[in-house]
Amino acid sequence: MSALLSVQGVTKRFRGLLAVDNVSLEVAEGEIFAVIGPNGAGKTTLFNMVAGVYQPDQGQIEFAGQRLDGKTPDQVCRAGVGRTFQIVRPFPALSVEDNVIVGALLRHHGLRDARESSYGILNRFDLYDRRHRLASELTLPDRKRLEVARAIATEPKLLLLDEVMAGLRPTETDRMVAALQRLNQEHRVTVLLIEHVMRAVMALASRVMVLHHGAAIAEGRPDEVVRDPAVVQSYLGAEAVG
Amino acid sequence: MIGQLFEGVPARALVLGGLLLGVLVAAPFLVNDYLLTVLIIILYYAYTGQAWNIMMGFAGQLSLGHALYVGLGAYTTAALYVHFGVSPWIGILAAIPIAIIGGAIIGFLAFRFRVGGVYFAILTIAFAEFARVGFDHFSWVGGSSGFFLPVANYSVSDLWNLRGKPMMFYYLILTMTVGAFVICRLLLTGRIGYFWLAIREDEEAARAIGIDTFRYKMFAVILSAGMTSLAGVFFAFFYNNLFPEQVFHISRSIELILAPIIGGIGTLFGPVLGAFLLTGLSESMHAILYKFGVDIPGVKQVFYGLCLLFVVIVLPHGVWPWVARVLGIRERRS
Repeated sequence: MSALLSVQGVTKRFRGLLAVDNVSLEVAEGEIFAVIGPNGAGKTTLFNMVAGVYQPDQGQIEFAGQRLDGKTPDQVCRAGVGRTFQIVRPFPALSVEDNVIVGALLRHHGLRDARESSYGILNRFDLYDRRHRLASELTLPDRKRLEVARAIATEPKLLLLDEVMAGLRPTETDRMVAALQRLNQEHRVTVLLIEHVMRAVMALASRVMVLHHGAAIAEGRPDEVVRDPAVVQSYLGAEAVG
Repeated sequence: MIGQLFEGVPARALVLGGLLLGVLVAAPFLVNDYLLTVLIIILYYAYTGQAWNIMMGFAGQLSLGHALYVGLGAYTTAALYVHFGVSPWIGILAAIPIAIIGGAIIGFLAFRFRVGGVYFAILTIAFAEFARVGFDHFSWVGGSSGFFLPVANYSVSDLWNLRGKPMMFYYLILTMTVGAFVICRLLLTGRIGYFWLAIREDEEAARAIGIDTFRYKMFAVILSAGMTSLAGVFFAFFYNNLFPEQVFHISRSIELILAPIIGGIGTLFGPVLGAFLLTGLSESMHAILYKFGVDIPGVKQVFYGLCLLFVVIVLPHGVWPWVARVLGIRERRS
């Protein structure tokens, strides 16, 4: 397996704060890779560097053979990387359907094509029945799925998910996990996710990296990582493992 | 194109729209000269409102300096006509690019350096003010003492030079208004329209789904500026006099945006309805007051203020979405 995404020694400082410190990771094609860690560990900063929102101070990011660092967020998306936002931001005054169509229009120039493509995605995320509702009228779980659906509509090879489970009830989490698993298996979408909800991480991720104070302190299979003493001490707490 | 124009439009909307268009086409034969002039003013505001709405209603960029583009269009064609005898139809080949360059400079500065929201609006005001002061000292076009087009009583309308009777101007502005409506409808229901709405709703999210927001915002500004400059051409040849203090004044910019605000920002029919409501009501009020011998300066502005107040409080999305609901026709997106 060749690496689809390769992050090499990236560092990001905000004034005096070292947010991400020389982090490297490789995500293979078809993999689901999770980045976990306590609040303020630098997960979102790392995520935003991949997404083109921040430029790394050092290091480089490669995706499918091309450099991502230096690209703007829209260029990163056009290169084949979709993303969601930690605090969901669907287009509130647009219908659910139009939210997905506008994403689909990136690869489908005709409106008819884009609409057809969006219907498939709406179905996959259980939003088809609500397609004429305004995005602002949806409940949080629905908005979270819409957020993923809109990103998927841009037909990314790599999907970046920023705490997409946060605020969901366990049943909703399982529903999202199932949708993402299907996406990964049937559509070969590679996923890089930042997540706090260990239930989802354990179910989804093939590999996990733990960030702490901006640095990677562990990496490996989820069942190995949760037993790593450093991880238990800094993040999970003893009871999470037991 | 034709298919996209009518696709998804309820039959009732088509019938009502057709009826309105029919009445407007027949209007010059039904009304007197005074009412025809009122209709011209209404359509003028419908047209400029539509052009402004592209920037604000579709792409979410608030311009409070649209008088700049009106003025550039007006002065360019008027100067070419007066000094060189160039027909306004040729003159627009200079007027549109000049307005577009003006818009492009503002857009580039703002979008390149991430000037957004209120600060963007202030930038647009600033440029209109630059132009006002600049034209005050621009003696080639009369400076602050004004620039005048030769006026004569024309028995025959000369469309090539836009010299003639109100009826010619009426059909001209009607054509422009219908054209602007069609263009906006096609753009809004197309790929660009979706991208504009996404940018309006949440620019960062729009970038995250691959939309080159700089490019599409620039396009909105350029298109809006170019269209608005044509309103300026109309203005110059209809009124035959131009004063920088009036043409570029911020109150002109504000007047231009009232129709879409009252009618419904971001809707296609809002600017048209808003123009009818505002100008129609203010003119009838003026006529009534005049009958009673009341002629207070500034009463129109007070009236506009009250209308705005009413709409903002009672119908914050404008009158058109409400009217459309009552009529049972809903624009697919607002």
